[in-house]
Amino acid sequence: MVALSDYLIFSAILFTLSMAGIFLNRKNVIILLMSIELMLLAVNTNLVAFSYFLNDVAGQIFVFFILTVAAAEAAIGLAIIVLVFRNRNSINVDDLGSLKG
Amino acid sequence: MTFEQLVFYVLAGIAVISSLMMISVNNPVKAALWLVLAFIATAGVWITAQAEFLGIVLILVYAGAVMVLFLFVVMMLDINLVKLKEGFTRYLPIGVMAALAIFAMMYMVLGPSHFGLEKTGLPVTHAADYSNTAALGVELYTVHAYAFILAAVLLLVGIVAAIALTIRRRPPHEVLYQDIDKQVKVQAKDRFRMVKMESTKQPAAKKVEEDE
Repeated sequence: MVALSDYLIFSAILFTLSMAGIFLNRKNVIILLMSIELMLLAVNTNLVAFSYFLNDVAGQIFVFFILTVAAAEAAIGLAIIVLVFRNRNSINVDDLGSLKG
Repeated sequence: MTFEQLVFYVLAGIAVISSLMMISVNNPVKAALWLVLAFIATAGVWITAQAEFLGIVLILVYAGAVMVLFLFVVMMLDINLVKLKEGFTRYLPIGVMAALAIFAMMYMVLGPSHFGLEKTGLPVTHAADYSNTAALGVELYTVHAYAFILAAVLLLVGIVAAIALTIRRRPPHEVLYQDIDKQVKVQAKDRFRMVKMESTKQPAAKKVEEDE
């Protein structure tokens, strides 16, 4: 049998990889968004695994709503990227410093 | 090793390798395609955990819709890849170190010493006629009906926001636009003008009339 810890470690590996992706690709906004999607996937895997082992469907309901929010977030994030590219002709994070933050 | 374990480890291995490729390849298109593979393998992992509906939703919605959206955006933007890859090797040591540190901490909490089989016990395996979709649907439409409607509203807001952000108005001398406010407000007297004028007689026209 596959233990609960196997699912949890699998999702921990996915989460750490996506976090490393944010560290490594900090110039490219598109890959940053993809890494965030992968992080959400890792969290959802946790919820699915606990739902399976506790025999409670509530975890899967959570995953359903997280997927909905993530889809809306991806759509709006990509729209913002298109807008930034139209105005600045670049999606390099270093070029987006006009607020001087 | 049972068949179930074999399926789980193969799918988990594919997902891990493809997400590793996703964060390390140069080209955003290739990164998106590796992410699709990671999503599909993870959907398989979810199905081994008896979340069949969510596994299929992950393939349809994520691999099918969201990643295609990503690919469209990558295609529409003309990106200078060399500049975007700057700093990859510079941040590699700190990235790997932070990842390893966080994974070590997670392993201490989530590892087999706390969540192994002897701690959690075996999960309930459902009968062959058990429908995961039906169970999820019953819960969703009764207990969480209000949240379900809110999710629908959220998606509507997402559509409106995405369109409102990316719509591009060009100046009126380039393109003709329909002004719906004007169209609704218009009245008969704005469209139709009565002109009073004296009737004139043209001999040639009269002749034609007589011929008929």
